[in-house]
Amino acid sequence: MNKNITPPITQRIGQIFLLLLLAFFILIPFLLGFWTSLLPTADISKGALWSSHISLSNYYTAITQTPIIRYLFNSLVISFFTMAVQLLFCSMSAYAFVFIEFKGRDTLFYIFLATMMLPFEAEVIPNFVTVRNMGLLNHYAVMIIPFLTSAFGTFMLRQAFMQIPKELREASEIEGLSHWRFYAKVVLPYSRISLFTLAAYSFLASWNQYLWPMLTTFSDSFRPVQDGLRQLQSQETFNNWGMIQASAAIVVIPTLIVLFIGQHYFKSGLNEGAVK
Amino acid sequence: MDTQITNKNPQMRYKQRKEEKPLMATGLSYNKSKALRDRLYALIFLGPSLLVLIVFVFFPMFRTLYLSFFLTNNLGKPTVFIGFANYISLLSSSAYLHSLQATFIYVIAVSCLTLTLGLLLAQTASQKVRGISFFRTIFSGTMGVSVSVAAIFWLFIFNPSVGMLDQLANLLHLPAINWLTQPGWAMTAVVISTVWMNLGFTFLIFFGAIQSVPSTLYEAAQIEGVSKIYQFFHITLPMISPTLFFVSIITLIESFKSFGLIDLMTAGGPDNATNLLVYRIYQDAFLSGNYGLASTESVILALIIAFFTFIQFKVLEKRVNY
Repeated sequence: MNKNITPPITQRIGQIFLLLLLAFFILIPFLLGFWTSLLPTADISKGALWSSHISLSNYYTAITQTPIIRYLFNSLVISFFTMAVQLLFCSMSAYAFVFIEFKGRDTLFYIFLATMMLPFEAEVIPNFVTVRNMGLLNHYAVMIIPFLTSAFGTFMLRQAFMQIPKELREASEIEGLSHWRFYAKVVLPYSRISLFTLAAYSFLASWNQYLWPMLTTFSDSFRPVQDGLRQLQSQETFNNWGMIQASAAIVVIPTLIVLFIGQHYFKSGLNEGAVK
Repeated sequence: MDTQITNKNPQMRYKQRKEEKPLMATGLSYNKSKALRDRLYALIFLGPSLLVLIVFVFFPMFRTLYLSFFLTNNLGKPTVFIGFANYISLLSSSAYLHSLQATFIYVIAVSCLTLTLGLLLAQTASQKVRGISFFRTIFSGTMGVSVSVAAIFWLFIFNPSVGMLDQLANLLHLPAINWLTQPGWAMTAVVISTVWMNLGFTFLIFFGAIQSVPSTLYEAAQIEGVSKIYQFFHITLPMISPTLFFVSIITLIESFKSFGLIDLMTAGGPDNATNLLVYRIYQDAFLSGNYGLASTESVILALIIAFFTFIQFKVLEKRVNY
């Protein structure tokens, strides 16, 4: 916008007022949650929003008396492995769709695309039977193996790989560069922003999994954090709000930090995906 | 294979090149062996993904369809073939139709609110005010909130004895609302929480789209003395319409799949008022052990979602063409 045309002062105040109002509505659940995590539960259950005993003791209780740290660790392991393997598998299949010529390539690609239409939620029943028969129930593997690849990730990386000039592959072929080396030395470094975006996506998607872990894990040693919070909350409903809010804060603060650090990359990647 | 990726040993590199070079010498056999080699490479590169998709996407798809025509035992094994009986009993069951209706209401409410508020946030954050980047960070904040954290935050707000809203109602001498135990209000509460969760992502995408509208358009409009609201409806909205479409389809599909907030906040209640499609599948399959019926519900859900995804593909395809 042109700087010479400054809007009138009333309009500016209106703008700022609107910004503050919107920010308030977005922030209020966070603020209430964080604030009550500092209050003693006895005061919270009286409906008080102020207390003379503001402390971190709810956090101490959450960490020492619930497996919340273990849940976080489980989620980290699961999300990290899912992300790493998804990056590898998706980039490999995307590479095949762009740089390797073989019969039926387009058909196969459309079949890949078609799977994006199928919600995982509609397939939980046979998948549950499959993992039960494979003996994977209640283990990290059950939350990783079904998500080792994604049609969406393949699609997204294929779009990115198609930006790489075809001549580069031809030249490298004459040079005698194998597919592996071209993939590792040229394609992956060239598309690192898209890879980063997919990494963030798949990590968050895995982190936010809810239905599947709930069906397939039964013990605290493998339970990821979403299901863990559900567990805490159902055990403690209406009893210990302070501690539950503290657990929620313990879970959400790392994600918020990662989000704000990675926001720049994430934003550009998201728009890249959205425009294509 | 892995060694080839990371191998920096020049001797190995040389060896490899020597192995591949002779192939280029002869014309026909080169082409033939190249095709063969490429097919092998395709298999290696695609193999892992294909295997996962076959086991966890294609097989369950057919299996779900298959199961939907059967009665099943409590282990999920088909016992008696019953044709379309599951479909007929579902589509004539008032409970299921009620679920469908509730889902549609939920999806429409969530989508409309998410899009409108997302646009409002993005438009407001596009203005040039000092400290605007602080607001942008806040607006995108709910993207870092997972479903169980959101549920805890909102359960606290809607809680009848300790909740914020009840105290506010008291203060203003309004009648207290039992948010999560009255059907209409429970749906409202779930919709509000879902929209709040969606806003971070929606804001980010809309914001990016609005930023990419050429500023010359606005400058021209400003010289013409056109109002801000007119600019929004006649420049911004048309320019970001592809993004608008993309986000609306994504929001629609995600809302059809909602499960976590329902499970945590209302468990489908009160009186099945928030018993949405996925929650019903979960109940019928994993709580009642009726896998055949739940498979039928899954097929119906998949068809609804496939329909919207298909529309999205079609429109995106069209856009690529011009």
